[in-house]
Amino acid sequence: MATITGVGAAPLRKEDLRFLTGRGQYVADMKRLDMAIGVFVRSPHAHAVLKGIDASAALQAPGVLAVLTGQDVAADGLGSLPCGWAITGKDGVPMKEPSFPILAQGKVRFVGDMVAFVIAESIEQARAAAELVIVDYEELPAVVGVLEAVSDGAPQLYDDVPGNLCCDWALGDEAATDAAFAKAAHVARLSLINNRLIGNPMEPRAALAEYNPGNGHYTLFTTSQFPHVVRWLMSALVLKIPEQKVRVVAPDVGGGFGVKQFLYGEEAVITWAAKKVGVPVKWVSDRAEGFMSDRQGRDHVTEAELALDENGKFLGFRVHTLANMGGYLSTFGPNIPTNLYAPLLGGVYTTPAIYCNVKVVFTNTVPVDAYRGAGRPEATFVVERIVDVAAADMGIDRVELRRRNMIPKEAYPYQTPVLVEYDSGDPVGCLDRAETVADVAGFASRKAASRAAGRFRGLGYSTYVEACGLAPSRFAGRLGARGGLYESATLRVHPTGQVTVLIGTHNHGQGHETTFAQIVSERLGIPFENVDIVFGDTDKVQFGMGTYGSRSLVVGGSALNKASDKVIAKGRKIAAHLLEAGEQDIEFEAGVFSVAGTDRTKSFVEIALAAYVPHNYPLEVLEPGLEEQAYYDPINFTYPGGAHICEVEIDPDTGVVRIERYTGVDDVGTVINPMIVEGQLHGGIVQGIGQALCEAAIYDDQSGQLLSGSFMDYCMPRADMSPHMDVSTHSTPCTHTPLGVKGCGEVGTIGSPAAVINAVVDALSHLGVTHVDMPATPNRIWRVIQNATLPRALAAE
Amino acid sequence: MPISFTLNGRSRTADVPSSTLVSDLLRDHMNLTGTHVGCDTSQCGACVVLLDGEAVKSCTLLAPVLAGRSLTTIEGLAKGEKLHPMQEAFHTQHGLQCGFCTPGMVMTAIDLVNHNPVPTEAEIREGLEGNICRCTGYQNIVKAIQAGAAAMAASTTAAAA
Ligand code: FES
Ligand code: FES
Repeated sequence: MATITGVGAAPLRKEDLRFLTGRGQYVADMKRLDMAIGVFVRSPHAHAVLKGIDASAALQAPGVLAVLTGQDVAADGLGSLPCGWAITGKDGVPMKEPSFPILAQGKVRFVGDMVAFVIAESIEQARAAAELVIVDYEELPAVVGVLEAVSDGAPQLYDDVPGNLCCDWALGDEAATDAAFAKAAHVARLSLINNRLIGNPMEPRAALAEYNPGNGHYTLFTTSQFPHVVRWLMSALVLKIPEQKVRVVAPDVGGGFGVKQFLYGEEAVITWAAKKVGVPVKWVSDRAEGFMSDRQGRDHVTEAELALDENGKFLGFRVHTLANMGGYLSTFGPNIPTNLYAPLLGGVYTTPAIYCNVKVVFTNTVPVDAYRGAGRPEATFVVERIVDVAAADMGIDRVELRRRNMIPKEAYPYQTPVLVEYDSGDPVGCLDRAETVADVAGFASRKAASRAAGRFRGLGYSTYVEACGLAPSRFAGRLGARGGLYESATLRVHPTGQVTVLIGTHNHGQGHETTFAQIVSERLGIPFENVDIVFGDTDKVQFGMGTYGSRSLVVGGSALNKASDKVIAKGRKIAAHLLEAGEQDIEFEAGVFSVAGTDRTKSFVEIALAAYVPHNYPLEVLEPGLEEQAYYDPINFTYPGGAHICEVEIDPDTGVVRIERYTGVDDVGTVINPMIVEGQLHGGIVQGIGQALCEAAIYDDQSGQLLSGSFMDYCMPRADMSPHMDVSTHSTPCTHTPLGVKGCGEVGTIGSPAAVINAVVDALSHLGVTHVDMPATPNRIWRVIQNATLPRALAAE
Repeated sequence: MPISFTLNGRSRTADVPSSTLVSDLLRDHMNLTGTHVGCDTSQCGACVVLLDGEAVKSCTLLAPVLAGRSLTTIEGLAKGEKLHPMQEAFHTQHGLQCGFCTPGMVMTAIDLVNHNPVPTEAEIREGLEGNICRCTGYQNIVKAIQAGAAAMAASTTAAAA
């Protein structure tokens, strides 16, 4: 009898063994005997005219095979990097979409912009030759901040993008929102910055490309979260080569977080170069290069206003945001601060009128795109911060204010005024549970103890919702998506009854090899050990949109579930024939087909064998074999959410913020593997804590140089600053995904920054502090305390 | 120049320029790619190996340092199919996600426990100061090291009995 390891079980991960024994296979680990090494020459200037490139000395250098520049790109008629989203501005004006060349043409627009690709026999030779490439730059003034970029007289990145404005976008009913403000008893106001982040997966990006002149096939091994999309965009739009002659493989990938879900110029250049030089070419980014070329995240400047009635009921919400796009439009770039931001401004509240205007702005910085959470952490931060500000203004307890405005469980499905309809949720239930787990009741005495020790203690809440499971294609299409957002899975049953799943999502830490096997074990009633998951290779897997936006289980898992349905349906037909019964009389449960009301059965393994040895088989009506494919396009987004409570203690002498307790109660829908879900929440929360307490990409505003360009200057959360977290789930199943799942990859990162900063502000509120920008570094907090409006001696009373 | 040393229990000689980093020697010349490189400033710890039993960052050492010494990498920890107790603990406690930081974490953890057989949570967190993980939020790594420490103690007791 098969042991099913299904939904809700927590088997240890199938993928662990290779990583624990050093047998993972990351792109940087791959070699070819005759391979050459490529190095990119990158612009040292944030903004300059590219007057000429002299590669003659580099070409003479030992071991050099080629030096490719933008001129070669133009001569070969290659395309530029496409943007996957075409958003439309508030007056129906399409976004400005300047081209993003794979090697710079005419101008460079950020420090790190690619100018040339040097290929040599060894890395040392390639690096030495790269030094010899003489680039004639005419430096131009640079602009790195959004406020500066839209001011009069700002340096202009593009001749045909006046004011550096890519798009002036809006969502919501402006008149209704104005009317709400007109009748408000109180208006809370907040200006904030959402700090720019660098995703920094621990594995730097890398690529290895080869070309076979015998059949015209290209193979690209790359650190990607979506190899099929890389193949599609790169072959059709950039290199203009037949899609079926390109194989893209993303093997083991050491973390993504969004950073690896874009088509990068490096990928296209190296694939093109492999054919040109006639040997495989490999490129591995070092960390410094990653800092100046991996797409970055966040970077908003926002003004928000919340209108309330005299009882603290939210009447209207108005938000104006300037969002930094960097120097070019990356694959999802303009979608992030618009479609993935404004629709979440309703939060878990019944705010009836919302209006959001986003100005999407070009600057001389690394292009900005999705980073874990992507738009939704920014939205949550605005909502959850201003709720606290309003509570303080009106003298209403911030938890009470939240409760007064929360959508009650019974009100779901709930249509917000900003496009989205939440299918399910229970924010009050999450909050109740989080308050218990966090021992909010004991906070007052802990605060008194801290005070007695000369330290400030604060408690912060974030009750939030997000949109996951990207995405319903039709909906996305209306918002400007140029692609679909379904997922596909093939369920291949072997003659032995063992199973290989080929799926279009990509596993780079999320545990898909385990979770997806659990789904198959449950659905087909076969041992978990008998299921293997294959992904990441366009020659093996039919198609896929990849992994991002907490979509793998929600969309990919649904496709797999659908493929399971098809396998069972066919199995039922085979069983009916073998058992000489009507198909409608065949039942399937726990891996056994049986004739209802009898003891006549066939096991799943017997059915599989019969499908491949069709001696006694209905060949007239049924094909041999047992393999089914399904595509699943979601009906709606999913809306995970929850309540996070953070407790901090601040040392006023040093400004150090320590997180003393962290509680997360999240609604992620049905949980397939609780161990993996917990791990995703931990990791996500610490990334959010990183944003709140230490991470910041800082550019010099004159030169445009990235000042935080290494792990010495860009503070990554480490073990000793990360808290012990108490995370649990309080789930309401999603009503429209077949498994009830909502996704859990991003919730931690979305919910946590506001909880942390609200706690910091609470700890400092007795000093008159009402807001602190992220990151709350010791330096910033120390200054805030020094400059506080209320003197410390008085405050200590 | 030829450098002779012990690598995962086997005598080896490598003939590489003396400017070769140990991480490159392992990855490019010995075909042992389990030791990872995650940074260029000795900050991340993905490259940690054990040199005469002590954790060192292989991205910061030059190959000649190895002469006459014994180096253990992640590939040399398991005895056949049997994982080292620390590897096993990372598995049972879900102490890894993408796996990129894992070799360095496991090697650092073994060194930490060798020096402090019963570490507290705070000592473990402190001890991981030189290792970055972007995936796990560290909580399950801490749990894994506690479990691994207990298992290492149990296996030495068992071996001594
Ligand atoms: S590679 Fe980062 S410390 Fe060695
Ligand atoms: S498991 Fe991915 S960096 Fe640690």
